[in-house]
Amino acid sequence: MASSRVLPGFPLAMGVTLTYLSVIVLLPLFALVLKAASIDLETLVAIITSPRTLAAFKITVLTALGAAIFNGVYGLALAWVLVRYEFPGRRLLDTLIDVPFALPTAVAGLALTALFAENGWFGAPLASLGIWVAYTPLGIMIAMTFTSLPFVVRTVQPVLEDLGSDMEEAARSLGAGDARIIRSVIFPEVFPAFLAGVSLSFARNLGEFGAVVFIAGNLPFKTEIAALLTFIRLEEFEYPTAAVIATLMLLAAFLMLLAVNLAQAWHLRHVGRDS
Amino acid sequence: MTTSPSVRARPRRVGDAPVVRRSIIGIVLLISAIVLVAPIVIIFTKAFSSGIAAIGDSLMEPSTFHAIKLTVLTALVVVPINTMFGIAAAWAVTKFRFRGRAFLIVLIEIPFSVSPIVAGVAYLFVYGTQGLFGPALDYLDIKIMFTVPAIMLASLFVTAPFVARELIPLMQVQGTEQEEAAHSLGASGLATFMRVTLPNIKWALLYGVMLCNARVMGEFGAVSVVSGKIRGVTSTLPLQIELLYQDYNIAGSFAAAIVLAAIALATIAVKAVVEHYSPQPSSR
Repeated sequence: MASSRVLPGFPLAMGVTLTYLSVIVLLPLFALVLKAASIDLETLVAIITSPRTLAAFKITVLTALGAAIFNGVYGLALAWVLVRYEFPGRRLLDTLIDVPFALPTAVAGLALTALFAENGWFGAPLASLGIWVAYTPLGIMIAMTFTSLPFVVRTVQPVLEDLGSDMEEAARSLGAGDARIIRSVIFPEVFPAFLAGVSLSFARNLGEFGAVVFIAGNLPFKTEIAALLTFIRLEEFEYPTAAVIATLMLLAAFLMLLAVNLAQAWHLRHVGRDS
Repeated sequence: MTTSPSVRARPRRVGDAPVVRRSIIGIVLLISAIVLVAPIVIIFTKAFSSGIAAIGDSLMEPSTFHAIKLTVLTALVVVPINTMFGIAAAWAVTKFRFRGRAFLIVLIEIPFSVSPIVAGVAYLFVYGTQGLFGPALDYLDIKIMFTVPAIMLASLFVTAPFVARELIPLMQVQGTEQEEAAHSLGASGLATFMRVTLPNIKWALLYGVMLCNARVMGEFGAVSVVSGKIRGVTSTLPLQIELLYQDYNIAGSFAAAIVLAAIALATIAVKAVVEHYSPQPSSR
């Protein structure tokens, strides 16, 4: 452990970091939890068990999960293609993957709505097949898929790059077939990173707002997500309800953060290197 | 990726069979075209369908022009602050070992996992009338919620980790030897940073700053809550896109959208250039 106390600036850098985090990040979150905690139990239960809240949570969790699973499969394939194969446009594709990180969610929502609305490029042919995307949970899933697209690719990609071909060649020379190599060599290496990526994607989906509000149509009990319900309750000055829903979303975010860190710790232990 | 030329009869790797290879590439490209490329293409197609002059007119429309100015002003305040924070945090976390270091890294990344709506609500419960400081602010006759400073505060929260996230992995790898050498030769702390550390991290820093800027300018959820969305007063560019869209001014909303889309694409282009020229691809 290269313990460096030689370099200057530790008190300053640490002081700035802790002060800033306390004022900008922790204080507001503390205030939110404090607000939610000041609500008496009866009201709390009434808020959480209200049909509209439950419906919003159900829709949010299901669409977030659907989009995270889709991005898990697609992200894995994307990472595989980028690392293992050479083809025209590979570098461009690799670059474009970061677009959802940089593109404002409102712009993404506007674009996806234009694409998937009844008269859109994709919406029109889909509508003729009887598949409605805009203003349905499917539309919410597509918006979430776009905004959380980079997570799985960017966590799995470096692991696949590090994998090299030694182990694979060794396994093959010992007589292992493709299925065996995937199961015993590639899968164990990639799985923790894959899990971390899917968790990150799911966490992001749970809280997504900008992209979803454009495409969802925002019908209570049908396409109203938790983030939007929070916003609506605020506009109605129903602060306790907004505080409770927001706190539950915060709790979910922390749980996912914990899951991601556990998955990453597992991964680091697995590959046997220390950060 | 590393194939030594001496290995002639390299065993076939998983997925190298032409059929498998072509079908996986084909499927991935098809999905990417639908979910990743088409959204970018349609923004520009829709915006330019009514001509460049129309875009200019839409952007010069007073409330949209005001939104652009407010968005730029917010970025001018927020980006430098979060850049300073990002550098300080990365310096503390990567150049020193201390108890709770791993926990501090998690703390830095918190805003990344928190929904922007939750962030906005949280700020409301600090500075709003119902909030922690509400009575005190009331007494002093200071109004923060639904004003421009509220937009800046919420943006500070949402984009706090972006610079730090780009710097930490890189500075971790680079270690402390060079800085220690410079310092032991008599360079001051600031000189050490400017002459030794900064040249090593400048490209990652540039990308971090640009990404932070793109996210500040594009922040929607948190700003929706804390701004009150007052048209022509606290409406930033992303909020203006929504307002125009709700007014069925589709051309106007796409005109506003290409400004932000262009900034996002420029950010991504910088990343591509940085990765191309940096010897060790240090993407997160």
